[in-house]
Amino acid sequence: MRLTDDEQAMADGQFGPVRQWAIRHQMAVGRFFDAQDFVPVGQAHIMADTESLGEAGVAWLEGLAKAPAGERRVRIPTITDPRGLDFDSYKRLRQTAAMADIEARAIAAFEALGVLMTNTCINYQTVLPPARGEHLAMGDTGVVIYANSVMGARSNFEGGPSALAAGLTGRTPRYGYHLEQHRAGTLHVEVDWQPRDFADWGALGGIVGRIANSYWQVPVVSGLTGTPTSDDLKHFGAALASFGSVALFHMPGRTPEAPTLADAFHGRPVPAAQRIGVADRDAFFAGYDAKGDKVDVVVFAAPQLSLMEIEQLAGLLDGRHVHAGTSLVVTTSPEIKFAADRMGLTARIEAAGGIVAAGVCFYQSYAREMAEANGWSRLLTNSAKLVNIIAGYGYKPTLAPMAACVDSAVRGRIV
Amino acid sequence: MAITLKCHSGIGPEVEGVALVATDNFSARYDLDRLAGTFSRPAHKLYGESYVDRILVLVTAKGGVASAWMLHEMKARGMAPAAIVFDRANTILAQGAAFADLTMVDRFEAGCPTTLIRTGDRIRIRPADGQVVILDRDEPAARG
Repeated sequence: MRLTDDEQAMADGQFGPVRQWAIRHQMAVGRFFDAQDFVPVGQAHIMADTESLGEAGVAWLEGLAKAPAGERRVRIPTITDPRGLDFDSYKRLRQTAAMADIEARAIAAFEALGVLMTNTCINYQTVLPPARGEHLAMGDTGVVIYANSVMGARSNFEGGPSALAAGLTGRTPRYGYHLEQHRAGTLHVEVDWQPRDFADWGALGGIVGRIANSYWQVPVVSGLTGTPTSDDLKHFGAALASFGSVALFHMPGRTPEAPTLADAFHGRPVPAAQRIGVADRDAFFAGYDAKGDKVDVVVFAAPQLSLMEIEQLAGLLDGRHVHAGTSLVVTTSPEIKFAADRMGLTARIEAAGGIVAAGVCFYQSYAREMAEANGWSRLLTNSAKLVNIIAGYGYKPTLAPMAACVDSAVRGRIV
Repeated sequence: MAITLKCHSGIGPEVEGVALVATDNFSARYDLDRLAGTFSRPAHKLYGESYVDRILVLVTAKGGVASAWMLHEMKARGMAPAAIVFDRANTILAQGAAFADLTMVDRFEAGCPTTLIRTGDRIRIRPADGQVVILDRDEPAARG
C-alpha cells in the first residue's frame, strides 16, 4: 500500500504503540483486499459489546487505555454501537453483576481512548447522519447498509478492532464500497407487492438477502410504488444485511445513487429481474410460524426503535397488560430513551408490563444467558433481523407485525 | 503425494490441520455455541460439529460484525478453529483474522474450495505464498 508521511510515521511507531497497532492492523486488512492506499474518514462507529469482546477483548482494550493520553486518544469522532448491558434495566432482565462489572471495565477503557459512548445502532437517525459521498468506518451492518444505500455515504462493514483502528488513525484502507466501481448494481429483483409494515419490510430484506447471499452483491430493488420512511428502510436494510451480508442496495427513484434503474447499474445493461411475489413473502413468514404456541418473550429491537416506533408501540399497549407468563422487551438508544421518558412513552409501555432498555439491542446482550435465566424459548418479534440471528442463541423465533406481537403478548400465545 | 492449490495471499501464520468442509457460510455470532465450540444454528450444515482446532472450509462469511472480536476471544480460550478457508471472505472475517492472528485465505484459482477440499483431508496453509496443500491425497475431489 502507498503510505503518506503521516501513515508511515504511525507504522514506524512515532506516535506510540497504540497508533502503530492500529495502522498495521489496517495495512494487513488493506493488503488482503488489494487496497492501494488509505482514505480519510469522517466518523468511526465501534461494535464492541462485552459478550463479543469477552475477557480477552476487554483486557486488550484496557492495555490500550494505559498508554499516555496523547498516544491513545482517537483522532476523529468515534462512537459506539449498543452495549452488552443497560445498568438501569439489567436486573429486571436477570443479567448478572459479573456482566455489569465487565461492561463497566469496557466503558472505562473506551472513555480513556476518547470514544463517545453513544451505544446505538440508529446513529444515522439520532446522532450525526452521514452525508452523501462521506467516507466512514461504520461498525454495524445495519448502519453500514443504511449509510451506503439511503444516504450515499461510503463504508465497508468495519468490525470492532478495525473501527477502533480507524478512529485512532483517522482513515481506513480504500477497498470495497469506498471504490466507485464496487457500487454498481449486480443483481435485479422486482417486487410484486407493497410492504405494509416493518415486519413486511424486514421480510422483503430477508428474501432479497437470501438471493444476494454475499457481501459483494449489490441488489437493485424495483417495483415498489410507495415512498418508504426512514424506519421502513431501516428494517429493510438491517434484514438485507443480516440475511445476505449485503452492504449496499439501490432502489431506483428512492435512493440517491439510483435516480433511475439504468443509473443503478452504472449504465451497463440491466439484468433480467428476479420476481418476488406475495407467495415468497407468505413463505418467509410461514418459515417462522408458530400460531397458538405459548410466547415467552416479545422483543422490539434490532435495530433499536425510533421515537416514532416507540410511540406506535405505546399506543398499541395503552389500557392493556402483558400476560403474566410473557415478557415484553423494547430497546432503543440512550437519546431516544431520554426522549421517551420525557414524553411519557416509557411510562405507558412499562405500565402495560413492558421493559424499555437503553443502549442495548437484545441480541448483543448475552441472549443465551438471558434465555436460561428467564426460561425463555419462544420469541416473537417484528424484526426480521432478530429472527435470523436469535436461533443461534437457542431461541425459537417467530415474525409478526407490531400489532400482532402486542396482541400475542397480551394473550400469552401467538395469535 | 500432495495437491497444491493456489489462492490469494492471506492473513496469519502457516498452519497444518484437518479440514471440516461444508457448502455453507460462517458467522461466529449466528452459527456457533462459542462456549461449547460447536455449530449451534440448527439450519447450518455443520450443526452439532465441533470446530475447535479444525480448518474450516466454507463458502463465505455472513451476518454480524461481532465475528471480528469473537475470533480473538475464541483463540484466547483455546476454542478457535486452526484456520478458516473461504471461497470469498467478507471484510469482517478478514479484519477478525488480522486482529486474532488467525490464518485465513480465500479466492482460489481452481474454484470454490468446498469442492476442492474434503472433510478429513490433512492440509497445510501458507498464507504469505497464497497456497493450500492437501497433504494426503493426489487425486482432486469430485466436483459437485
